[in-house]
Amino acid sequence: MTPSTATTSAAASTNAAAPTTTGPTATPLAAADGPRGRRHLLSSADLSLDQVRAILDTAAEMHGVQQREVKKLPTLRGRTVVNLFFEDSTRTRSSFEIAGKWLSADVINISGKGSSTSKGESLRDTVLTVAAMGVDALVIRHHASGAAHQVSQWVDAHVINAGDGMHEHPTQALLDAYTMERRLGSLEGRHVLIVGDLTHSRVVRSNLITLKTLGARVTLVAPPTLMPSGITAWARAEGFDLTHDFDAVLPSADAVMMLRVQRERMSGGFFPTAREYTVGYGLTRPRLDTLVAANPDVVICHPGPMNRGLEIGADAADAAQSLILDQVSAGVAVRMSVLYHLLSGNDDQRRVPRSAWADTSDGRARPAAPRSAGASTAEEGTA
Amino acid sequence: MRPDFAAPSAVEPTAPAPEAVPADDSRSVMTESDIARVLRRIAHEILEHNKGAADLVVLGIPTRGVALARRLAALIEEVEGTPVAVGALDVTMHRDDLRRQPTRSPMHTDIPPTGIDDKVVVLVDDVLYSGRTVRAALDALSDLGRPRIVRLAVLVDRGHRELPIRADHVGKNLPTSSSEKVRVRLSEPDHVEDQVTIAGGETR
Repeated sequence: MTPSTATTSAAASTNAAAPTTTGPTATPLAAADGPRGRRHLLSSADLSLDQVRAILDTAAEMHGVQQREVKKLPTLRGRTVVNLFFEDSTRTRSSFEIAGKWLSADVINISGKGSSTSKGESLRDTVLTVAAMGVDALVIRHHASGAAHQVSQWVDAHVINAGDGMHEHPTQALLDAYTMERRLGSLEGRHVLIVGDLTHSRVVRSNLITLKTLGARVTLVAPPTLMPSGITAWARAEGFDLTHDFDAVLPSADAVMMLRVQRERMSGGFFPTAREYTVGYGLTRPRLDTLVAANPDVVICHPGPMNRGLEIGADAADAAQSLILDQVSAGVAVRMSVLYHLLSGNDDQRRVPRSAWADTSDGRARPAAPRSAGASTAEEGTA
Repeated sequence: MRPDFAAPSAVEPTAPAPEAVPADDSRSVMTESDIARVLRRIAHEILEHNKGAADLVVLGIPTRGVALARRLAALIEEVEGTPVAVGALDVTMHRDDLRRQPTRSPMHTDIPPTGIDDKVVVLVDDVLYSGRTVRAALDALSDLGRPRIVRLAVLVDRGHRELPIRADHVGKNLPTSSSEKVRVRLSEPDHVEDQVTIAGGETR
């Protein structure tokens, strides 16, 4: 059963940044050409269909480089990319690092742990310090929603959001779309299920936006406790479906994207036991059989890291329909493409002197959940 | 620096776009049959130089170089009776002017399964101008393998070289002023009759 079926507003592509806020949210296309004349990738909503297509087509060419003996292109020679990770990450950080290196950029990794952040330095001071060394791009992951947007107001470098709290993770959405397209062909009209911990997932928001841009039909599946508040209104505005009944929508799926149950962001009480979650919403062996029986060409994705046995069974994770390792491989190609599209081109001619520093208010991105994305936009005009 | 018009194909991958130059101001310098004759001659020159079709790999530089490479390969096959490996070599990621121009999307690179190691690679482009596209192509090639010999075949050589590069096989030498534009149109990518036109420059 589908408690809310979406109907309205084909053109409501803008207010997608934060489902729990009702006011104006992170700027869509304007953010792609930021106040300092820089192009950033902060939100999936920054990208038009043409831009998504350009990134995915370039990614396909970059994927070929992965097959080569010499995995190196001279394209970004002399450019510096800093990976600034305030949260743990294996695949995102390493794939950004490999992507930068294969394009001949100099890549430096800075993690929150072991940097001056642990001595109490604010986010603003940390990024200004890093930016002062003359970096060309900052890849940032932070536990606060809206952090990347905030950083883009402070620095004179291209900012790429590699995950900000529970808000967005645009490169993940791009690589998911890329991986699914390679197996399924065009995503236009395809039915994609996104299942699991919607409340704590940044992947879901970015994926929804990108999949909608590409014309896919999306259904979100989760227990009521893991649906973010206000999602019904969001679903109505954006035109996607919601359901609590995984088994009912299973047979109509072209792709199933399982989300990780983010225990580190949960303060208990979202579901009674892990076993009960698996029975209701895990991609178990019986569900895999139903899925494949209904559509042998179905694909299974998971942004990783997986909790095997919780949201996804080993059978499903290792099935022929599983694209989980393809997603990792695509991650490098897609991030090469994103770095290329942001860092090539001639917008660097107009370097803006950093005079507006004093105007921005407090340095720390707010620790709150998606709401702070809205909060950070309030400061936009001052930067 | 002026943009590199040596490869209008790479600059505007999507576009037969005659809007920049009024039609009356452009002069035709090569017709469909001129181009066909010239390609046939180049095919024979390549075979003569190489003493046959052994080890030949013909690589076109997108967009129009690829179409020309396919035609050349077909002509060589017609003469020799053996198929010739043909492919495409995109040079976008190796260009030296990436930061001077709006971002361009890379085109498809398609290396024949035989590879290029120890082969005789013939690079094919439509117009040879500054030579920077060819330099990028040589760099791109060296990332893909080590050919025994690299040759360059172009439909039009319009002069104004900025690098010490020359073509081994030239369809037509076309003295131009750098304010003029040489435009190659081919039936495969452009859906028009094959022709080379020249436009702009001083009015006469």
